[in-house]
Amino acid sequence: MSKTIAEKILSQHSGTDAKAGDIVIAEIDYCFGQDGTSGVAIDSFVKLNGKSVYDPDKIAIIIDHSAPSPNEGVSAIHKKIREFAKTFKIHLYDIGCGVCHQLSQEMGHVVPGNLVIGADSHSCTYGAINAFTTGVGSTDFAAVMISGKLWFKVPESIKLVCKGKWPKGVYSKDLILQIIGDLGADGATYLSAEFVGSAIAALSVDARFTISNMAIEMGAKAGIMLADEKTLKWVKAHSKKKFKVVKPDKDAIYKFTKEYDVSKIEPMIAKPHTVDNTCPVSEVVGTEIQQASLGTCTNGRLEDLKIAAKILKGRKVSRDCRMIVAPASKQIFLDAMELGIIKTLIDAGAVFVTPGCGACVGTHNGVPSDGENVISTANRNFKGRMGNRNSFIYLASPATVAASAIEGKITDPRKYL
Amino acid sequence: MILSGKALRLPQNDDINTDYIISGRYKFKIQDPLELAKHVMEDLDPKFFEKIQKGDFIVAGRNFGCGSSREQAPMAIKYAGISAVIAKSFARIFYRNAFNLGVPLIECDTDKISEGDKIEVDLEKGILKNATKNIEIKINPLPKTMQTLLADGGLIEHFKKHGGFKL
Repeated sequence: MSKTIAEKILSQHSGTDAKAGDIVIAEIDYCFGQDGTSGVAIDSFVKLNGKSVYDPDKIAIIIDHSAPSPNEGVSAIHKKIREFAKTFKIHLYDIGCGVCHQLSQEMGHVVPGNLVIGADSHSCTYGAINAFTTGVGSTDFAAVMISGKLWFKVPESIKLVCKGKWPKGVYSKDLILQIIGDLGADGATYLSAEFVGSAIAALSVDARFTISNMAIEMGAKAGIMLADEKTLKWVKAHSKKKFKVVKPDKDAIYKFTKEYDVSKIEPMIAKPHTVDNTCPVSEVVGTEIQQASLGTCTNGRLEDLKIAAKILKGRKVSRDCRMIVAPASKQIFLDAMELGIIKTLIDAGAVFVTPGCGACVGTHNGVPSDGENVISTANRNFKGRMGNRNSFIYLASPATVAASAIEGKITDPRKYL
Repeated sequence: MILSGKALRLPQNDDINTDYIISGRYKFKIQDPLELAKHVMEDLDPKFFEKIQKGDFIVAGRNFGCGSSREQAPMAIKYAGISAVIAKSFARIFYRNAFNLGVPLIECDTDKISEGDKIEVDLEKGILKNATKNIEIKINPLPKTMQTLLADGGLIEHFKKHGGFKL
């Protein structure tokens, strides 16, 4: 039978001939949690009478969401995580190492063909390197830590064919916002999205992560891409693990196929308070903003910081606006320093916080005030997301965020490129 | 399993995300589920918790539970005394998490359920009765996997009973 990438990976990991709709129990190559989900996972691990883990080398906990701790409640959770990691000798990435969705691939834990779960919804990020990776909750994570297995419903797949030449000022973030706006917040619920086509092939691996990262924002279970030369080069530079790339069969069955022509896309923005509430930036140009956030698991990578630095070089962040930058990992921070990006951004008036999730989840590092507008490179703009239900979050590319920071108003980045 | 209680609706019908169910502000610092439950839906309706009587249902539209993977979302709902969530559809991770905690999710047309309506649900028969409006609404049948998890009392009990997954 012809298979999609999801059907192939789930077949290989369950020892069955899995097709969409089947329930399989599959072996997990790597699993992880973060500080927002691992406290509950450790409680579940204890309730499950967990005495040992299936393979300490295949398990990680990353302290990134609220790091360093802003209060005693978080400190208690962090302490619990550190003790657990030490007891069971699993990987621990403590404060300042970076975001889980950067570290999981940057540290070589995920390679093509892998089946991965993370106790974080954006675990779909590494679909960009040809792995089937998906988000689960804390108790599922605990059960995997013990057994090395998890049950899955094999998803149906959709094919999103992205073609055309990338216009100046339009990035992978703009494409995924366009797709989410088109399909809606539940347009791909339970489905595995395969992103293919020449426009995807033209992107760097950094830029591809942005697209897979946001697959969950249309409800998708996974957001997978094909492995090409760029993927292989990237993976070999970060991991020593053996792997085999997975291609879909030619006549695999897709629930639906859609085409996107990136040459027709403008810089896009998601308006408050849903990610699918998108429009071209041009429609909201001039909206005043009080904070510009650059970073997160969506757009905190080296290429993102480079784009922002290019726009901000020799310019200043508006005095009516704060610009807060959180590199996605310590390594990215160091690489950006080598390249002079950090100096450029600080000279322009940006401030840096610890590599990690930054202000995205609303616990610290830049909670907006009542009535304030934030433009952010993150992936969610739900009411209250950044810690204040009376603020408003717009999502856009690093270029749009940097250009908007200069003017203190939502700005089309093309005028600065 | 027969459940009964009144329907609680929210200021928003579709896309009730997990940040609304329990804000990141609380899920990070509060580990006690009963304390967490006091903040359920706070960003959408600050008085929501006070309206809940044990056994009540949350009733919503499409894509309930979209967003983050936080298990604290169904946990807050469970410990607030809600017996089940009734919606037109659910997001995937929330769906797994709720059944893992033994919280039933009921998929059906919710247009004819208003705030305060008296609701009775027979999960085995797949029937929802709106006693206030005197109508019956058909429930989408629960997948076998979810029936098993629910019957075992959630994933922890299921896992302990079978020594692993038996779904």
